[in-house]
Amino acid sequence: MSEPTRLAIETSGLTKTYGKGAKQVRALDGVTFSVPFGTVFGVLGPNGAGKSTTVKILTTLASPDSGDASVAGIDVRRDPAGVRSAIGYVPQKPCFDPTATGWENLALQGHIYGLSSREIKARSAELLERFGLTDAAGRIAKTWSGGMQRKLDVALGLIHRPQVLFLDEPTTGLDPEARADMWSEIAELTKSDGLTVLLTTHYLEEADHLASRLAIVDRGQIVAAGTPEQLKGELSGDTVQIELAKPAVNGHARAAIETVAGVRDVAADGAIVRARVGNGAATLPGVLAALDAAQIPLASVTVARPSLDDVYLRHAGRSFQTADEAGTKEVAA
Amino acid sequence: MTTAVTHSSHLAVRNLRILYRQPVYLAFTLVQPMVWLLLFSQLFERVVDLPGFGDVSYVAYLAPGVIVMTAMMNAGWAGTSLVDDMDRGVMDRYLASPVRRVAIINGILAYQAAVTVVQSLIVFGVALAMGARYDAGGVGVLVVLAAAVLLAVIFAALSCAAALLMRTQDALIGIFQFLAFPLLFLSSTLMAPGLLPDWIGSVAKYNPVDWAVVASREALVAGPDWGLVGGRMALLAALAVVMTWLSARAFRAYQRAV
Repeated sequence: MSEPTRLAIETSGLTKTYGKGAKQVRALDGVTFSVPFGTVFGVLGPNGAGKSTTVKILTTLASPDSGDASVAGIDVRRDPAGVRSAIGYVPQKPCFDPTATGWENLALQGHIYGLSSREIKARSAELLERFGLTDAAGRIAKTWSGGMQRKLDVALGLIHRPQVLFLDEPTTGLDPEARADMWSEIAELTKSDGLTVLLTTHYLEEADHLASRLAIVDRGQIVAAGTPEQLKGELSGDTVQIELAKPAVNGHARAAIETVAGVRDVAADGAIVRARVGNGAATLPGVLAALDAAQIPLASVTVARPSLDDVYLRHAGRSFQTADEAGTKEVAA
Repeated sequence: MTTAVTHSSHLAVRNLRILYRQPVYLAFTLVQPMVWLLLFSQLFERVVDLPGFGDVSYVAYLAPGVIVMTAMMNAGWAGTSLVDDMDRGVMDRYLASPVRRVAIINGILAYQAAVTVVQSLIVFGVALAMGARYDAGGVGVLVVLAAAVLLAVIFAALSCAAALLMRTQDALIGIFQFLAFPLLFLSSTLMAPGLLPDWIGSVAKYNPVDWAVVASREALVAGPDWGLVGGRMALLAALAVVMTWLSARAFRAYQRAV
């Protein structure tokens, strides 16, 4: 501790296991990362990867089996009360009170953090205005639209001007328009307020769009970390994505594409076959010719720069969608 | 300490707001006591002819019992609001905030106490309209209200503890179905103490429902045995404190499972 730490979040070697015996699930298996103040840090991973468990430990809801974590310089195990006053938390599930109005929701939250009635009034008005909720604020929140309700959740997390805000899957279940709206609100939080935001998501576009740095988690471990650009930059070349007219022939398609010069990894997942190639424009004619020779009908072909989906595939060894579906099944089971 | 009180009162206001926005819920909770008072007391009207009841109408005998029973039955569902908060993210939001754990329980208990007072006064009013008469004055009524509130606190705290440990509405309903009627029948709520079979009389001594009924009925006669009333009320108060403490402790078990 020779120099003051400028880290908003610091974790090292976090582990957490739920359940006992045969039902035991290793939710976190050594998670280490740090987040500087004033940035948006994305934790990206499929369902069941350990994102929510990480957030629960950092917000003092759960304690780790081993490892250390501090938020705003405060140790989560030694001073959980200190952490609670310094953070805002928006859980994955809606956390507003549906039977109360917007004003009443914010007032209760303000009282919990010990704000005076005057501060609560001023801060609530400011937050309602900022999120475009002023007109609805006097109505019972269960009558609001899903997008407005989610914004109220975020406003509740901000009432006491926290140093670090945790957003657990803030846009899951929102329609595309409400999601885009939420994205611009979140981006604004760090720009105008200097807030540190830790955001978990299983939407690749969301992490790409919002996070200045991100960690990709899979099966309780961080498999890759860096800025979205760095992560994508590690994968040189382009991706050729082929959508087959018949998913059943993806084995043949894969075999045909692998014979083409310039093609590196090929991965097939249902009707989608992805090939990593050095130069998309130069390799595409060969790929198409090979598929044509094998008499495989196509629905579409695209050439793109690497996406986070490719990054995930490379590090986790399975496509994001497959992992997400598998995770959802585990969670449901 | 002051923080806990402030938090408790703000959370109680949150719960009471639902009552004044949806008064129909209160009306629903009065259906059962009205059935006991209007139908059961008529069906068993002649039961007071048995020696042991004394010179009293059955509706006058039954009314304090119905008040106590209503307090218990409704308080048993208090934990459902905690389960709602757990199913949504409300509980997680509270637990990641500086809110005192015991304030979350106190908010529910305060709400339940307020509901119990309103219900008890309505049941009392209906009983008087049906011809029930009592020798005691205002102090007797206050004792009945206090006994009903203490019993409500005991069962609401038990319900909250069960909610935190089981975390599902189904489990809560199951436990309470298992408890409510046995506790009701193992007491002098419906039948004079002297007419209870010996074994039920013995069991009733340990039944908080019976404590509340005995204290209430005694406080309403002319020249009550205040030692008996005070003893039973002290038992109720002690159990209420223990149950509240236990339900606040149940948060630890809940948090381990998060």
